Amino acid sequence: MNRSFIARNPSVLWFLLALSVFTIVVTVLSEVTGVGLISTSFVKTLGKTLCLCLIAIAMDVVWGYCGILSLGHFAFFGLGGYAIGMWLMYARTELIVVESLANAPLPPTDKEVVDAIATQIFGVVGSSEFPLLWAFSHSLALQLLMVVLVPGLLALVFGWLAFRSRVTGVYLSILTQAMTLALSLYLFQNDSGLRGNNGLSGLQNLPGLDAVPQSVISIAFFWASAVALGLGYVLFAWVVSGKMGSVIRAIRDNESRVRFLGYHVESYKLFVFTLTAIVAGIAGALYYPQAGIINPAEIAPIASIYLAVWVAIGGRGRLYGAVIGAAFVSLLSSWFTGGSAPAINLGFYTINWTDWWLVLLGVSFVAVTLFFPKGIGGLFDLIVLKPVADRQGDYGPDKGAWRKEEGEP
Amino acid sequence: MTHVTKFTSLAVAALLAGAGAASAQDCPIKVGVLHSLSGSMAISETTLKDVMLMLVEQQNAKGGLLGCQLEAVVVDPASDWPLFAEKARELLTVNEVDVIFGNWTSVSRKSVLPVIEELNGLLFYPVQYEGEESSRNVFYTGAAPNQQAIPATDYFLEELGVEKFALLGTDYVYPRTTNNILESYLISKGIAKEDIFVNYTPFGHSDWATIVADVVALGADGKQVGVISTINGDANIGFYKELAAAGVSAEDIPVVAFSVGEEELSGLDTSELVGHLAAWNYFMSADTPANNEFITAWKAFAGENRVTNDPMEAHYIGFNMWVNAATAAGTTDVDAVRTAMYGQEFPNLTGGTAVMLPNHHLAKPVLIGEIRADGQFDIISQTPEVDGDAWTDYLPDSAVLTSDWKDLGCGMYNTVTKTCVQLTSNY
Amino acid sequence: MIFRLICCALTLCLALSAARAQDGGAPLQALLQANADAVANPSRSTVDGLLAALLEADLPSVPLFLERWRDRAVYLRASDGLFYFATQAEGGFALTDVDTGADLGRADGTDLTELRPNAGVRRAIGSALVAFQLLDDDPVKRLAALDAIARSPAEDQLEPLRLSIDEEPDPALQARKIRLERLLSARFAATADERIAAIESLKGDLGVDARAVLNLILTTSPAVFTTLPTDRNIAAVLEPGSKALSEAEAYARLVEADLSPPLTGVATIRDALIAAIADGQVAGIPVSTLTTDAAREAAYEALAATGAVPPLVTLEDQAAALTAHQFVLIYAESDPAITAAAEETLEAILFNVGLNQTADLTLDALSLASIYFLAAIGLAITFGVMGVINMAHGEFIMMGAYTGYVVQLFIPDYTLSLIVALPLAFAVTFGAGVAMERLVIRWLYHRPLETLLATFGISIALQQLAKNIFGTQARPLTSPDWLSGTLTFNEVVSISMIRVAIFVLALLFLGLLIYILKRTRLGLEVRAVTQNPGMAASMGINPDRINMLTFGLGSGIAGIAGVAIGLYAKVTSEMGTEYIVQSFMTVVVGGVGNVWGTLAGATLIGFLQKGIEFFNPSNTLAAQTYMILFIILFIQFRPKGIIALKGRAAGD
Repeated sequence: MNRSFIARNPSVLWFLLALSVFTIVVTVLSEVTGVGLISTSFVKTLGKTLCLCLIAIAMDVVWGYCGILSLGHFAFFGLGGYAIGMWLMYARTELIVVESLANAPLPPTDKEVVDAIATQIFGVVGSSEFPLLWAFSHSLALQLLMVVLVPGLLALVFGWLAFRSRVTGVYLSILTQAMTLALSLYLFQNDSGLRGNNGLSGLQNLPGLDAVPQSVISIAFFWASAVALGLGYVLFAWVVSGKMGSVIRAIRDNESRVRFLGYHVESYKLFVFTLTAIVAGIAGALYYPQAGIINPAEIAPIASIYLAVWVAIGGRGRLYGAVIGAAFVSLLSSWFTGGSAPAINLGFYTINWTDWWLVLLGVSFVAVTLFFPKGIGGLFDLIVLKPVADRQGDYGPDKGAWRKEEGEP
Repeated sequence: MTHVTKFTSLAVAALLAGAGAASAQDCPIKVGVLHSLSGSMAISETTLKDVMLMLVEQQNAKGGLLGCQLEAVVVDPASDWPLFAEKARELLTVNEVDVIFGNWTSVSRKSVLPVIEELNGLLFYPVQYEGEESSRNVFYTGAAPNQQAIPATDYFLEELGVEKFALLGTDYVYPRTTNNILESYLISKGIAKEDIFVNYTPFGHSDWATIVADVVALGADGKQVGVISTINGDANIGFYKELAAAGVSAEDIPVVAFSVGEEELSGLDTSELVGHLAAWNYFMSADTPANNEFITAWKAFAGENRVTNDPMEAHYIGFNMWVNAATAAGTTDVDAVRTAMYGQEFPNLTGGTAVMLPNHHLAKPVLIGEIRADGQFDIISQTPEVDGDAWTDYLPDSAVLTSDWKDLGCGMYNTVTKTCVQLTSNY
Repeated sequence: MIFRLICCALTLCLALSAARAQDGGAPLQALLQANADAVANPSRSTVDGLLAALLEADLPSVPLFLERWRDRAVYLRASDGLFYFATQAEGGFALTDVDTGADLGRADGTDLTELRPNAGVRRAIGSALVAFQLLDDDPVKRLAALDAIARSPAEDQLEPLRLSIDEEPDPALQARKIRLERLLSARFAATADERIAAIESLKGDLGVDARAVLNLILTTSPAVFTTLPTDRNIAAVLEPGSKALSEAEAYARLVEADLSPPLTGVATIRDALIAAIADGQVAGIPVSTLTTDAAREAAYEALAATGAVPPLVTLEDQAAALTAHQFVLIYAESDPAITAAAEETLEAILFNVGLNQTADLTLDALSLASIYFLAAIGLAITFGVMGVINMAHGEFIMMGAYTGYVVQLFIPDYTLSLIVALPLAFAVTFGAGVAMERLVIRWLYHRPLETLLATFGISIALQQLAKNIFGTQARPLTSPDWLSGTLTFNEVVSISMIRVAIFVLALLFLGLLIYILKRTRLGLEVRAVTQNPGMAASMGINPDRINMLTFGLGSGIAGIAGVAIGLYAKVTSEMGTEYIVQSFMTVVVGGVGNVWGTLAGATLIGFLQKGIEFFNPSNTLAAQTYMILFIILFIQFRPKGIIALKGRAAGD
């Protein structure tokens, strides 16, 4: 089975090889080895990009393979980040508080320690008590469990409700978007207990590792992200190959036909939705300690739409396409918005890329949808020269009555 | 093949990023400017970037600093809070700047703090904020709550005789914390808790009818009602419109705003706002020679229609203090400059002298202005210099804290237990 | 206060007589000079004394001076330190004398400082002017006087007000005077009967100031007694532990009145223990063992046994102290008949106000619903009828609003510009919609998910374009005067005209759309094409053309909605995103494919949001969150929306 899995999916080997080479090259060129060609901040950017690639493959599986255009995966990503962030903040603050209270004339009671931690964490937002939400934040193990459980459960409940009532297609997209909006609005409130708009910050300072320089920590997280991406790739490659993969793709192409064949479509969709949500949560848990701060703006609906954009530009229905899309667009985006792209002087008007990048992205996105539905990944078909079934870029359910050709007078 | 393209693009980016490090020398002295030039905060922050460019240009015209020319390094964190941390690290490690002037929102400052403290950088933060923070590496040239919110509340209590307060704010950290402080301040002044109405609305809120009706109904027990507004940005337009539509004038229910300044009012129809108040440390209408000179220079630099505002003055004072401190220290080394900063004095644009205190805040006068039809302010009250207080005296948890980096060497010193709670900031 | 006034007046009189001796011709100027600082830097704490002095002097020039002073027309000349009336004129300022009104020529602006009394001072000046203005010939001044009384009612205003009622020629002003007289009488009339009569006459008055008067009469203060007194006008006896008075609050009152010792809290115990540490021990107990509250309490009791600290006050002690005392609220007004009348009147008013507030809230909800409907109605056509997901719909709203803004730049008359802007906005967004349909959407009719993404790409591009052209700052879209007022039903129920206009516009569009879809050939063709394009085509309908027109129509309506929304809120490049998710919700909740459904959806969402806001008024964000959650759940259980299409029209 294992051999045939690799044999049927040669891209997995190639991908893992490329990922390892990339990881090693970056490590060698980083400041850890003393070469210093790649700055620590750039290592962090690359590490974060790997996390984005991971959630992009998750998105590709749920959209490109299963046909569910979820506009809510960045919510799961953010929830993972919040879960790990809570522990990071708690543990870091606990060290400070215990150290400071050790000097007090009376040894502190447990309640005093907890109160002092709460004051430190929530003083910023004018509160000094732990909300119920933070009940597990003292324990790394429990919070790590939360990284998986919270997005997983939310996806399970939401997915079960939605798939059960046969909400499909664009309706489902709008519904997932509404879920994301509700979640981000909820987190924006200070009353939610996660510090409102300020979010959780200082996450790059790992508790107890003050002495370790950020250059080492960033490489460690880079490696962790690379490993997670590798594992995620293999996992999803395995999910979408074999018999289950065929059913999943069949659901994308014609849901009711699959249902008539006797498959329980809802279970398959729920499985894919929940699994990808969990992977998104893990990606988030790796991403935010590198970013240093998580706040509700991160999970605004627009982020999830961008995720779909990356996958579409990279090429749906192939895992490496999602990776390429996420890496290419997010790095290009930060290059353009960072002000380092050279301005183009047209004589009468100077195109300043910080202002025009979004216009370019929007237009190129329309162009990709219209003219290159296979995305950048489609270029590989030209090289491999393997005949691929021609779908005329036709994804999603076929609504015969809508066909333009039929309407021709 | 895809990996090849990926590698190429990465390698190019890496080389670009690495190039700065190789050329870093003692001269020129680099001044980092960390303000969003795109995204939602660009409208406010771009102006501050321009001010910094102008100040650097002026200083170079005066012969630079320590025999070197100054060079402004401008980056764009794009109103994206994690990106602020990334760009700050880039400024400090790749561009090797000697000082950073930047940030607007509190959340962006909190994002930058760990990086600045880890790499021992120096940040000048020019915007009024909620306090409850004092970092070794940050100088706060904007107003702390006791330099804006508390005096404005005093003005309400004493001059306007307000007995019932509506604290309306956008739901984020600055209004939340400020309103918390104000609530306990008002209670300490004898205002009953049920006479304080607090409401939070999302960014860009536009449906104000119900809230305005609630505020008007507050007057039902015969007490004079006043509104303290920490409403941010665009939402103000709808709020004042609805207030005017409800027939409420500044004479009936005065509104004092902490986030409405010249820049926000420029290009707006301000006829509905006339008579309402704003509290700042600076107004463009201040009639002093220094201010007139600053405005002239600014208009020459940025354009005839541009206005000046409070955070610009904060950068003006902060930059000049930094220049003087570096000159006094004879180096731009962060620790030496930091020590030389304490006690630095520089004339305010509104008259009087700003002094840098050991808690990294300024002593500045507080001004209250009435909005005029032309979008400027009539200054109707000006206090003497008020010392900025990092830890408010009106919240029990922070009343016991004090910040003194000069003698105590601690930004979060508990005066009861006589211990330093922590040397880094809580972020 | 009175004492201070007299003192001030006395000193001023002295100063005045001295000034008169020097400067017989300009008594007001002399008086002002004697109080130069209070005039130049007016403050609420100094203005009362100054006003008393000015009124005391009884000079004919005082009322005019007070008016000018309040209106910021009084200036201080630095060179001679004198006060002048000044008005901006060619070549500086035209000065006039404060006493005689004589023209004193021109002065340079740099020499003059404008005096700026703040709102508190202005209110005090207004009150002082009341006596002069109540019978003034100018109705504007009489109105100002009435405003001043309404803002700061005082006892001494009652008599002049009563005297002026009969001589008031203007019936509207007279009505207002009568009402104010009743408000003042309720509080300040000489006899209890007069007051009770005035109070009872306020029944049915919905004004905030009427409630204010009654509440002021009913002002209470808390007090604690061991046995209830009989000679006090007691409002209520409060039970500790009830909603009105928690046990902790009740006990805090006892402590405040020095009737009980404060509870020994955690902090008190800690501080006492710290103070008693000796050789690492407290009362013989090692400090290192004091790591729980129980251990600390025990140590404190040990300390108390030695007499070093007061004994521990526990919750049981608190309960005992609470039962031993009576907590009451006492009226400041000593006459029970008056408070009873006020109580009864207020109750009647509050019931009335409650009813009206419900009506007001309903109006607000209706208005919010019409805004949502207006924002969503274009979508009801493109998404609801055609089934095209257009994420750039919000940007069409934005384009319409910016069109309105640009038109206002060229046509300064707001009414005229509005008349031009509405059709122009329709034309612009109709064009944009048709272009988008031709270039993008028609290639994707059978790929709905991709339509979503492609139109999203257009949406971000359009948004950024708007930012590049108009900047990120909000742009004003000013409504004409006839739209900027309020439609007032009574003191409680009112709604701004612009919201009324939006409501009317929404109704208009509803009618128009229903008409187009049900009664015109275009509507028939649209419905035919959406149900079965193939069959429609074989009947001689050109589906391409129909799709194009329908999409254009939906987009055009979004443009008009944009103008309306811009007038009511603001014009920014991001205004579209605020409405897009809500609009889709509205359509989906209401039921796709049906304009009535969209109406139902908008109504549900509008009322729901206002309802949630009503229960949690301090947090608008929470209302939005819960509303979205409700909608998600609603769709789970009624996926086809409120009004679901049935039969063949349902499409599947």
